Amino acid sequence: MKALEIRDLKKTFRSNFLLKKYHVLKGINLSVEKGEIYGFLGPNGAGKTTTIKCVLGLLFADHGEILIDGQPAASMASRRRIGYLPENPFFYDYLSARELLFFSASLFNLAADEVRDRVAALIHQVGLSGHQDLKLRKFSKGMIQRLGLAQALIHNPDFLILDEPFSGLDPIGRKDLRTLILSLREQGKTIFFSSHILQDMEMMVDRVGIILNGSMRREGKLSELISRSTQYYEIICSHIAEKELAKIQTNFACRDGQYSLTLPSDSDINQVVESIIHNNGRIVAVNPVKMTLEDIFFNEMQPTRPATAGDSR
Amino acid sequence: MKMKIKAIAVNTFKESARNKMFYLLVFFGIFFALSSKLISFLTLGDAMKVLKDTGLAAINFFCIVIAIFTGINLIYKEIEKKTVFNILSKPVSRDQFIIGKFLGLALTMLTALAAMAVIFFLLVLASGGGFDLKIILYFFMLFLELLVIVAISLFFSSFTTPILSFIFTVSLYLIGHIMWTFNEFKMILRDPFWKYLTQGLYYLLPNLDKFNIKNEVVLNTALNPWTILFSVLYALAYILALLAVTILIFRKRDFQ
Repeated sequence: MKALEIRDLKKTFRSNFLLKKYHVLKGINLSVEKGEIYGFLGPNGAGKTTTIKCVLGLLFADHGEILIDGQPAASMASRRRIGYLPENPFFYDYLSARELLFFSASLFNLAADEVRDRVAALIHQVGLSGHQDLKLRKFSKGMIQRLGLAQALIHNPDFLILDEPFSGLDPIGRKDLRTLILSLREQGKTIFFSSHILQDMEMMVDRVGIILNGSMRREGKLSELISRSTQYYEIICSHIAEKELAKIQTNFACRDGQYSLTLPSDSDINQVVESIIHNNGRIVAVNPVKMTLEDIFFNEMQPTRPATAGDSR
Repeated sequence: MKMKIKAIAVNTFKESARNKMFYLLVFFGIFFALSSKLISFLTLGDAMKVLKDTGLAAINFFCIVIAIFTGINLIYKEIEKKTVFNILSKPVSRDQFIIGKFLGLALTMLTALAAMAVIFFLLVLASGGGFDLKIILYFFMLFLELLVIVAISLFFSSFTTPILSFIFTVSLYLIGHIMWTFNEFKMILRDPFWKYLTQGLYYLLPNLDKFNIKNEVVLNTALNPWTILFSVLYALAYILALLAVTILIFRKRDFQ
């Protein structure tokens, strides 16, 4: 059974005055396996947060089905399984971190004495020790983000939905959060997170879904999406005269006394390497340069080429 | 279920109780109630009557101000600041959220009213007045009126902005105290359409004058227990109806 399954999810918004319809989600299909980290990738305005809000019942879908562990997402049982961190979270700023966590626990019917140890452990886990009694109005954005994660974990959920969890965090905070998310996967939790920061996603996710303009463009294992796509091969060499190198391969660049040659396929690699050695050059590295998530993302972002009269023929 | 409503109610109370404006308004209520003593010195006639008249009026005014200002902001602020996402994404129904908010506001009003009432009682005792059960009844009726106002402001706040909620709630408050004019209009109007419309509005809009027993308290005249009982039932019915409509609106809301 899948942790999350979304089938043909559609959602439209209306403008306030003209009642013009905006199709925000145009039939989203995606599935999240249990125990994986799923990265939901898309530029701002693609429909990531709208999809998440439909899963959480904050928005009502016009069409489609959302299942959590096989149960309708709108059910209370499903919501009990989810821990949610909103995008740019804002919590009651008159409460302290500890009070907020106790308040969150009470919404899951957890008794105060039951959660006392858990609150203390979570405050430590997200790096807020020493700040637990500080009012939230004095918290920085990064501290709020950490607290947001703690409140999402208060009931020890199986499934975490994190909406842009890295926004507003400094490099140390991002590294801490990455470590925490990976450790949560180790504990068997399923994590679904949206982001437009490709670097973070590439470092963590098992599977990725790319959403653009309210439609899913690609979905699959990150390793498969990337390994399928070696773009070119790069040979780095040194101790060879530029004149000699130009005879072997015209497409090269020089940096810090080393030359980088680019080959479109692997068929000529042996011949080029032999020629360099023959001319007293040294091979420093031979690298297949694969597509990064960023390349895949930007390829998907390219608008499709409009059909011409010639094409139609 | 009860625990979730209680948690939301207590949190709502904390929100109001940790707001400086709340303390300022309670302080002014107490200040003006105390200053009624000064007014009673400067006025000719029965000093105790003047003290009760002006003191109760001051408390009434500041309690109404607190009820309107906390009520109109409550739901709107939750949506605007997106704190509602953290609650409704958890296993909390929208009905529980509205009921919790209402009870939290009721607790806030009870606290504000109790603080002012205790001071006023002490003032009456210090001025030579005895223990007057009618004053307690007055505060009870005021509390019912405050609950109706809170329910009205919560209703408007569930679908419109604080400014519009303020205008609508204040308008209903003012209309609610001149409902007797609707009855008089009904007598004058001849066109059946306007006659029925006026009658419909008379039953639809809140008749807040039903909770006003100040004259009976100040002039120490008899109170009809059946009238009081009817007012209590009227308040309960009106609050339940308003909460039901608010919940229906809130159930259908999309939180973008």
